[in-house]
Amino acid sequence: MDVGPVASAGRPRILTPGRSAIGGLILALLLLPLVGGQYAQYVAIQVLILSLFALGFNILFGYTGLLSFGQAGFYAVGAYGCAKLLLLKPSLLFGVIGGTLLAGAAALVLGVLCIRHTRIYFSMLTLAFGMMIFSMALKWRDFTGGDDGLVGIPRAPLEIPGLVSVSMASMGRYYYFVLVVSLLAIGIAYRLVHSPLGLTFQGIRDSEGRMAFTGVSVRAYRLIAFVIAGLYAGLAGALLPALENTVTPPVAHWTTSADPVLATLLGGIQAFAGPIVGAFLFFMIKDIIVRFTEYWLIWLGIIVVVLVMGFRGGVVSLATARWRALRPGREAP
Amino acid sequence: METLAFQGVVGLSMAMYLWLISAGLTIIFGVLGVINFAHGSLFMLGAYLAFTFYGLLGWNFWLAILLSLAGTAVVGWVMERFFLRYLYGVDEAYQLLLTFGFVLIMDDAVKMIWGGVFRIPDIPTFLEGHWPVFGRPFPVYNAFIIAAGIVVGIVLWLGFERTWWGRTVRATASDREMANAIGVNVPRVFSGVFMLGAMLAALGGALGTPVRVVSPGLGAAMIIQAFVITVIGGLGNLKGAFVGSLIVGVLSAYGTLLFPVFELALIYLIMAVVLLVRPQGLFAR
Repeated sequence: MDVGPVASAGRPRILTPGRSAIGGLILALLLLPLVGGQYAQYVAIQVLILSLFALGFNILFGYTGLLSFGQAGFYAVGAYGCAKLLLLKPSLLFGVIGGTLLAGAAALVLGVLCIRHTRIYFSMLTLAFGMMIFSMALKWRDFTGGDDGLVGIPRAPLEIPGLVSVSMASMGRYYYFVLVVSLLAIGIAYRLVHSPLGLTFQGIRDSEGRMAFTGVSVRAYRLIAFVIAGLYAGLAGALLPALENTVTPPVAHWTTSADPVLATLLGGIQAFAGPIVGAFLFFMIKDIIVRFTEYWLIWLGIIVVVLVMGFRGGVVSLATARWRALRPGREAP
Repeated sequence: METLAFQGVVGLSMAMYLWLISAGLTIIFGVLGVINFAHGSLFMLGAYLAFTFYGLLGWNFWLAILLSLAGTAVVGWVMERFFLRYLYGVDEAYQLLLTFGFVLIMDDAVKMIWGGVFRIPDIPTFLEGHWPVFGRPFPVYNAFIIAAGIVVGIVLWLGFERTWWGRTVRATASDREMANAIGVNVPRVFSGVFMLGAMLAALGGALGTPVRVVSPGLGAAMIIQAFVITVIGGLGNLKGAFVGSLIVGVLSAYGTLLFPVFELALIYLIMAVVLLVRPQGLFAR
């Protein structure tokens, strides 16, 4: 079983190529507001949000083997929950944490039902629940604002009572907030999938029967993976209202559920960094193509078809295969 | 009381569009084992093609429908022959993702070729007019749609149960390897079934052109309803798809009248409950 790209043989080195690359990337992200303008920061926030969304999705799909088509439901619970809380009490942490926990609670309740199935029936069930949440967002006018959604959501200051209160009015400040939150969440996800818990997920994906024989409660672990995916979707959604100042029903639609699926597919399913790289590529492809034509989805569709037909490992596994080929001394995975 | 009965008849004609698209979806799943996300897009393509031939070029109504079926069948053939065929051996998640790629391609291609929303062409003269049903004028065209849906149902049933071709397809559906061993050309059956499914979706789209607006969002809206229906009826179950269409069509017609707020959620709730309690569908043998 592949434990991950970092687990290499031999004496541990402090400055491995992988670590220096990650360090450089984080440095670049920290310096971005100094170089890029409002728009670059806005897109970077979007990339980070989709990264978290896709990362959670991939814990369920790539690691546990369950393809959910209803993640937009939890994304929307996070977004609407955070928006409602921010309208109630303008405190950023209160909204983001509250929205995330609400999505986690929703994932726990619906997850108990969803994990009764696997494969196509699981996908269909998540789709049904996701669309139920969409219907509520669209039709429960008193609570969600219907078509118009929730408007006038403040980008509330970051407040810890008795300690600090930082205004988030500028895009740059909010960017740093999202960056810190994302790095923390990515770090936690990395620890999770490289722990015994992550190995159990992969075991269930590869051979459900054998895991059951070793005494693992397959259902309980599937539920844990489902809730983790729901929490990450909720966190991603909860970062949205303060950015856009509004939340509308399309965030809950099944076509939004496809975004993390596409990002994960682009980057690579079997690699931890796949969804993050994929989220970046997703927005880069969009950004480049819309300069030439408004029909960027057709190109995305063609890319999806090509990836599914020929490169099911995604971009990250292509890159690592090339990297390993260039350095023949090391054992292949 | 008359209002309720009349609304039921209206729902019945809505149910027929749903039946045509769900029939194709469920047949493809039953034989190929593939959930075709692009089936709503094929429905939309059929609608756009019929709209072009009948509405824009003013050709004969029947000819327009026939050409739209042929055009959509070709697209379906390309999808199966050159793409899906190479994915039968891998995880079914990839088949789902492939057909989703086609959704993106077709939805945008339709936007590129036809642009935004159009006017609706006139109903062909021989299908114009109204009949009194429950004391209200009921469009002849809706009656025509209901009849067409029933005829398609009978033809499909006869085709699958009473012909050699139908027997071959059923044999392939129940055991591909065995069918292959006794001399059935399985790849050709797969292509044929996928084209049949595509044509059924196109027929649903084409028949709707004189009364329903075609727009680029049509595919995404239709596929989700077709999923609900095929799940209620049981994936791969043709009879179930028919009954499921009636349930969803009539329920939506009453729902918009009686409880507009929960109509949409109710349909998905039914889908979820069926999946949890009877995943083989309500009408499994």
